[in-house]
Amino acid sequence: MTLFIEQCLNGLQFGLLLFLLAAGLTLVFGIMDLVNLAHGSLYMIGAYFAATFAAWTDSFVLGAVLALLATLVVGMAVEVIAMRRLYGRDHLDHVLGTFGLILFFDEAVRLIWGPEGLSLPLPSWLNTAVTILPGMQYSAYRLSIIVVSLAVAVFLYVLVMRTRIGMLIRAGASNREMVGALGVNIKLLYTLVFGLGAALAGLAGLMQAPILTVQIGMGENILIVAFVITVIGGIGSVRGAFIAALLVGFVDTLGRSYLPDLLRLVLSPNAASTAAPALASMLIYLLMAIVLVVRPEGLFPASAK
Amino acid sequence: MRKTLLAAGTALLLAAGPAMAQQKSIKIGFVSTFSGPVAVIGNDMRNSFELALDHMGRKIAGMPVEVIYEDDGFKPEVGKQKTQKLIESDKVDFISGYIWSNVLLASIKPVVDSKTFMVIANAGASQVAGELCSPYVFSTSWQNDQTPEAMGLYMNQKGVKSVFLIGPNYAAGRDMLAGVSHTFKGKVVGQELTTWPAQLDFSAELAKAKAANPDAIFVFYPGKAGVQFLAQYAQAGLKGKIPLYTAFTIDETSLPLQKDLALGVPGAQEWVNDLPNDANKKFVADYMKKYPGHRPSFYGAQSYDAANLIASAVTATKGNLTDKEALRKAFEKADFKSVRGNFKFGNNHIPIQNFYLQDVVKDAKGDYVLKTVATIVKDYQDASHSKCPMK
Amino acid sequence: MSTTLNPRNILVVALLAALVLLPVYAGLTGDRFMLTLFTRIVILALAAVSLNLILGYGGMMSFGHAVYLGIGGYAVGMLAHEGIYTGFVQWPVALAASALFALVIGALSLRTRGVYFIMITLAFAQMAYYGIAGLARYGGDDGLTIYKRSQFFAPIDLSNKVQFYYLCLALLYGSIYLVWRLVNSRFGMVIQGSRSNDLRMRAIGFPTYRYRLVCFVIAGTLCGLSGALIANHTDFVSPAMMYWTRSGDLIIMVVLGGMGSVVGPVIGAVALLVLEEALPSVITFVLHPFMGEKAAGYGEFWQIVLGPLLLLVVLFARGGIDGLLAKLRAKAVP
Repeated sequence: MTLFIEQCLNGLQFGLLLFLLAAGLTLVFGIMDLVNLAHGSLYMIGAYFAATFAAWTDSFVLGAVLALLATLVVGMAVEVIAMRRLYGRDHLDHVLGTFGLILFFDEAVRLIWGPEGLSLPLPSWLNTAVTILPGMQYSAYRLSIIVVSLAVAVFLYVLVMRTRIGMLIRAGASNREMVGALGVNIKLLYTLVFGLGAALAGLAGLMQAPILTVQIGMGENILIVAFVITVIGGIGSVRGAFIAALLVGFVDTLGRSYLPDLLRLVLSPNAASTAAPALASMLIYLLMAIVLVVRPEGLFPASAK
Repeated sequence: MRKTLLAAGTALLLAAGPAMAQQKSIKIGFVSTFSGPVAVIGNDMRNSFELALDHMGRKIAGMPVEVIYEDDGFKPEVGKQKTQKLIESDKVDFISGYIWSNVLLASIKPVVDSKTFMVIANAGASQVAGELCSPYVFSTSWQNDQTPEAMGLYMNQKGVKSVFLIGPNYAAGRDMLAGVSHTFKGKVVGQELTTWPAQLDFSAELAKAKAANPDAIFVFYPGKAGVQFLAQYAQAGLKGKIPLYTAFTIDETSLPLQKDLALGVPGAQEWVNDLPNDANKKFVADYMKKYPGHRPSFYGAQSYDAANLIASAVTATKGNLTDKEALRKAFEKADFKSVRGNFKFGNNHIPIQNFYLQDVVKDAKGDYVLKTVATIVKDYQDASHSKCPMK
Repeated sequence: MSTTLNPRNILVVALLAALVLLPVYAGLTGDRFMLTLFTRIVILALAAVSLNLILGYGGMMSFGHAVYLGIGGYAVGMLAHEGIYTGFVQWPVALAASALFALVIGALSLRTRGVYFIMITLAFAQMAYYGIAGLARYGGDDGLTIYKRSQFFAPIDLSNKVQFYYLCLALLYGSIYLVWRLVNSRFGMVIQGSRSNDLRMRAIGFPTYRYRLVCFVIAGTLCGLSGALIANHTDFVSPAMMYWTRSGDLIIMVVLGGMGSVVGPVIGAVALLVLEEALPSVITFVLHPFMGEKAAGYGEFWQIVLGPLLLLVVLFARGGIDGLLAKLRAKAVP
């Protein structure tokens, strides 16, 4: 039973982290109608900034805060320089143009930080396990990821549902032309939203950095997962992204932990241990395909027509 | 008459041209990973290979040596393309390197087809030692099973009764976990393979290992993954509770990042930097002189041996690279001073060698270093050699 | 398609002729690798031509087209692994498996539109990727080496580099012809009509869903053929050949060359892959006057140039290279 609880916590942690990435993606997608493959690059850049600043300031927390601000700035710069020119083009152009940006960012990072990648060591107070239930320990760092992500989720909820900017964001997601027609400074709104999305991706990247390593191309695998979440949740819906992210986090983690045992019942141990990790990775795509076949616009379509 | 002479002369020149060009220098292709998170391994191999050439005066049998380094990008299909390019476009005489078993398995066909001699400096795919063994392929490392088999023997000596195995899901990972099971006499209570190299979050696997409550955990995670594994093992609260036994997870390339986390974690290896022989002392001392701030790893030691093995064969045949049969015989003799002391090949061209227990300690200067604790097994030959049709 | 003698057509013919003459050049210079490289280019051009059929003409933005490379390749690889070497079994199986896969995922995916179509084709491709990576018997993630190429009757020997190159080239030109005939037929008109206004096409009475599905299956099958070729070319198949970035590469070839022109993808494939080989030296050459010997080290950063180049093509050269050539003609002939 403790194993199941621990795996659920792992799933929750992974899901929440994915939510940070998917939230930015779904906002940009929903409001600017922009397919941004380079979102994973911002995740990577957040991690690189955090590792660099943490080494300079000798403080994990300070490094993280600086990295967050730096990613926000980079995000807004990317919007002004490149993304702005892609609005209103068709999706094929987005895919291609931002694919080009991925190549650019990967190589730029290689040029600046070198090919080896960096590591972001945790302070010792996070590098331990804490007892959360009698007889059950859990990584302090993973717990703190859960707490921070939940706080961000609440912040986003308040921002989107209770503020004027949020109102514009919601209006933009359901009817773009109308918001522009009402005389809102749409350019500024777009830059802000893109910057916010970048900062969220950067946050996800820097929090993932101590668990994984900081390396070139780290955003490419997880980017596709974030897209899957965006699509399952319904493009433009932050609430949908939250639910879909948790769903994907649980499916992936529980699949990884229980699928091998299940497969061993029907396959030889050798075949089962090769097949299980692959099949577990497949589950989330299966989930997406099923959702799309049943509900072609995702679980919570933002622009209800 | 003059015309014929001229024509004959031209023909002679044309015919002699390539032959002479070939004898002018020796070309070696070296495929390893020089980009991405594991580039540090490739760099250590290149450093050691270069050091070996320095020690030879960059000449073998009087001919200058040219090495072409190619990056496999950590991907089998890229490694294969680079191997093909080295053979077809650069027309190398020898090919060496290869960290990863899956890259090696993808690349070996063009090498054998073109009858180019290959000296593997790390990857130990069991197939290459067994059914895929070739007269043209030699290894200065090991067969994948050997090192974990040695670790299994050591766990028996320590009285470990049950173990949980974790490793990456690729050719070497599967070989390694199978290797432990060959010699370990206790019970294997669980086994987890993770997606390689994409998966670096081991939370689900560590949770299962904890729940199984074994006497020990065995892992194989080379390169950066080894750093992440040790960190997450500590974060999960397992350090000091369930002891860890390793193969190829702690070495000089990962130790600078693992630091305290690696202290007291035993590993098995066929080479350790403090082995007491002259060739090794020279290698380690000169390496640290040439590359300040770095220490050689076993990857480097094997690459250093690879360069010396090639040199010994070329010297023995007096630089005649066309007589493949004579070259093969010279390779098989392995007449060179290895950094691991005596060196001899089995029938499958895999070394028969000792395996040592290594441990991590802090030296006088406060650096983390590996040192030999004991010899686990002597003159150990791999199990695949009986599957190799060469005698 | 205009048949007049204009710069664009001359260049296209020159390119197609150069591809035919390439083995002669490689034979004269003794550069076998040149032939290996161009065999690869020709095979991928075939895959790009097939993608262009659905992307350029049908407006179906599939982000999982590389999956058929994998299916075709693994059909050859798996059969060879089981000891069945004859191409008369391997190739039909490769084509049939690709067609079947395209039929199933096409039937499901074509119900969606726009971004959702992009994502669902991606999802199916990723599923196939992980599915094949999970097959321990066929090497899993590590891939599978093919020790013997497909066997045909006596004079045909795929291990002969020149023969194999010409076979690939013949298949490429055959496919170009096929696609050209298709898009200029009634069938092609329906497909193109459905791209610009599906509702109207249906209102006229065309069951566009079925037309589009058939088109999707033809493209998948053609790409499966390309997969069978690439397996024979590299003697090796791995799940990596169907990863999503490979599908991205194919899209780049099509768009770079020019969508909706039958030879565009060929131009794109040649341009992209030659660029990949040549950009490092170009960078070194350009930087050399400024940095001297150090310039050589920067050649490996060629993608930093390629990335923005793609963005520029998207922003300013919508018709791709072929479109630029066509503009050239427009200027030359006022």
